[in-house]
Amino acid sequence: MTAITDRQKLAYANAQAADGRVNLEFETDEGMTLNMGPQHPATHGTLRIILKLDGEQVISCEPVMGYMHRGYEKLTEVRTYPQVTTLINRIDWLGSFANEVPFILASETLMGIEAPPRAQWIRTLLFEMSRIANISLFVGDMALHIGAMTAAFYAFRDREFVLNQIESATGGRFHPNFDRIGGLKDDLPKGWITDTKAAMETIRDFCDEMETLVEGNEIFQARTRGIGVIPADIALQFGLSGANLRASGVDWDLRRDNPVGLAWNEVDWNVVTHPDGDSFARFWVRLQEIRESTRIVDQLCDGLPPGPIMAKVPRIIKVPEGEAWVATENPLGEMGYYVISKGDLGPFRVKIRTASFNNVSIVPWVCRGVYVPDVVTILASLYFILGDIDR
Amino acid sequence: MSSPEVDEAAAPAVDEARQTIIEEFSAELGDAVVGSHVRPGDDVWIRVTRQSWREAGFVLRDKAGCRAFEFLSVIDWLPSPFGKNEDSPTDGPPNVSTEIKTGYAGGDTRFQVFARAHSLTRKLGVTLKVDLDEDDLSLTTWLPVYAGVNWHEREAHEMFGVTFEGHPHLVKLYLPGDFEGYPLRKTFPLLARHVKPWPGLVDVEPMPEEAAPEGEAPADADADADADADANAEPST
Amino acid sequence: MGLVESGKLPKPLTSLLNTSRKYSLWIFQWGLACCAIEMGAALGSPRYDVMRLGVIPLPASPRQADLMCVSGTVTDKMVPAIRRLYDQMPDPKYVISMGSCANCGGPYWDSYSVTKGVDQVIPVDVYVPGCPPRPEALLEGIVLLQERIGKEDMAERWRGDPIVVT
Repeated sequence: MTAITDRQKLAYANAQAADGRVNLEFETDEGMTLNMGPQHPATHGTLRIILKLDGEQVISCEPVMGYMHRGYEKLTEVRTYPQVTTLINRIDWLGSFANEVPFILASETLMGIEAPPRAQWIRTLLFEMSRIANISLFVGDMALHIGAMTAAFYAFRDREFVLNQIESATGGRFHPNFDRIGGLKDDLPKGWITDTKAAMETIRDFCDEMETLVEGNEIFQARTRGIGVIPADIALQFGLSGANLRASGVDWDLRRDNPVGLAWNEVDWNVVTHPDGDSFARFWVRLQEIRESTRIVDQLCDGLPPGPIMAKVPRIIKVPEGEAWVATENPLGEMGYYVISKGDLGPFRVKIRTASFNNVSIVPWVCRGVYVPDVVTILASLYFILGDIDR
Repeated sequence: MSSPEVDEAAAPAVDEARQTIIEEFSAELGDAVVGSHVRPGDDVWIRVTRQSWREAGFVLRDKAGCRAFEFLSVIDWLPSPFGKNEDSPTDGPPNVSTEIKTGYAGGDTRFQVFARAHSLTRKLGVTLKVDLDEDDLSLTTWLPVYAGVNWHEREAHEMFGVTFEGHPHLVKLYLPGDFEGYPLRKTFPLLARHVKPWPGLVDVEPMPEEAAPEGEAPADADADADADADANAEPST
Repeated sequence: MGLVESGKLPKPLTSLLNTSRKYSLWIFQWGLACCAIEMGAALGSPRYDVMRLGVIPLPASPRQADLMCVSGTVTDKMVPAIRRLYDQMPDPKYVISMGSCANCGGPYWDSYSVTKGVDQVIPVDVYVPGCPPRPEALLEGIVLLQERIGKEDMAERWRGDPIVVT
């Protein structure tokens, strides 16, 4: 964890010089337009970025979205509450159990129900495992975008162990659709705890491997240190969240600061921050977060309380009138649901606040004056999922 | 509704921190605060007038210390005239009341803009609401307050038709350029549900001897996935 | 090749050409949504390795690929791009539609911005159902496609007749 180095200062000076040159260029020529996407191996999905270049440097950068816009907020208005649960775990499609949880919690707030402790602990367990599955793919993917293909294969391989565990508990590798208003669908199968702890060992070995292979690599460091620096106050203005915010030095983690009834404050873990705010910091913070998640999972497995997994809920769920907002620390950042209910079988309006929407809105600001390969690095380090942006 | 170890007696009947927020807003804005609501231990809602929207944003960011921006969007309080389209196609259109009932912190109009930000130091968040005029769906932009509201306002514009005065680039964000209409308004129909009746209506096809006699077509709902018993069914839409 | 156009291609030559084509499919990575992750797991993960079937997941350009696997939700905004990239692929080309969103619109069948199935835009050879289909299901879809290719008549394809599967 180093403070800002000379290289950082050099990059900043370069950016200022580029700015100066760019201002001159505006008067003479608009620059070449380069279109990245919507089908592109280096964007995480169907994101289209229109770059205006001056040589190799970016003058302006405009993301065009909507290629994965499925109309979630309209669809939730015509679905019942259990059907909405099925739909929303496809928003962030990598760590998908985490998408269901804030909506279920908001509905439970309005109904005045609290899930039993065992259900809350298992929810936290699956939440953390989704986080591991999600971020380990990020780690491999970012290395892939920098140019190191091997890390991606390792990520896919070691992720499979976590997905196996999620599948044996819920039936789906991702899109588990396991959370219910009032608790969970089923209890954990026999022998699941032991296998999960073995999977966590594998993930810890994966983290060690990534540290030696990727993080310590000279080329990786040269390509990510000092690139895409986001200061903390700008990050807060844009509504950045999750590891992006923590990599800019802001000590804010909803798991600790707003645990909403899940079991995070029952276990012992750390919030990881980094002062630099560049792409390397975002990568580093996420890698450490995987380690912290494995610790959380181990402790939760050890201390799982016995008991029922479902509170007493009526068969046909009608949520009483009211409005509720619940946000949780999802793998991508802060995801929240603002549920407005009128006492019907389904919600009246659901506003889905996704982390990647705000994370990507900073891209035009951050990509001024950088080189084209750095645009790829910045996008990879900001880590968004298109379903999360476009909903 | 918070963590299980906080027993009911500790959840305050009067939420001090959130009441203070409402008082701060009233002190700064005076009459512009026209409604408020607190759910103790959970959340606070404040409704302001249209003219004071930007000032309320500055109060939220600076005085209340809510520097972390969450989202900005619109609520359309009209109940949907289409129901849920889960009715059989032989029934008439559903009888839905057109009465507009707004939610927490009140409201008088059909459209309301609501936004939320939270404070890292005070560990709480505030939801601000504002009514929009029925015939003039516009509001000043919040860009000077939070830079990140840019895309949120663009999305609110294309989904509801709300104009944000002062926004430099209010164009479509999600929808293709030639899309007509404002999708998230309640009066915008989901055409697929009009064209094709909800397949979950009939979940059990009647046995052939239970169906009406003399070759009358069984079950009006079509294209249930298990309905491949219809050897001479017309092609599904 | 006058033999192909006139339809007088001898059987052993046809089966040789079909075999060599079906075991060297180059797949164009058209990953849109969640199914793209399962496709990635099938293509890039050592467990469900697709290279053992002869399918190479490398080309990022449509001009070098002959199999396109549309995985994920197809929105109306994306359709021109799909059509354009499909047209850029050289013949003979095959399309696998993976997942229920690409098959028929899937869970978003009533959305205002989702195309109800990619077969409204491009002709599809194999549909792989699931939400998302397991990587093994995609592998089975590829194997089915390979069986189809093995029984193909090159003259029909050359003439542009619709392919009927027996």
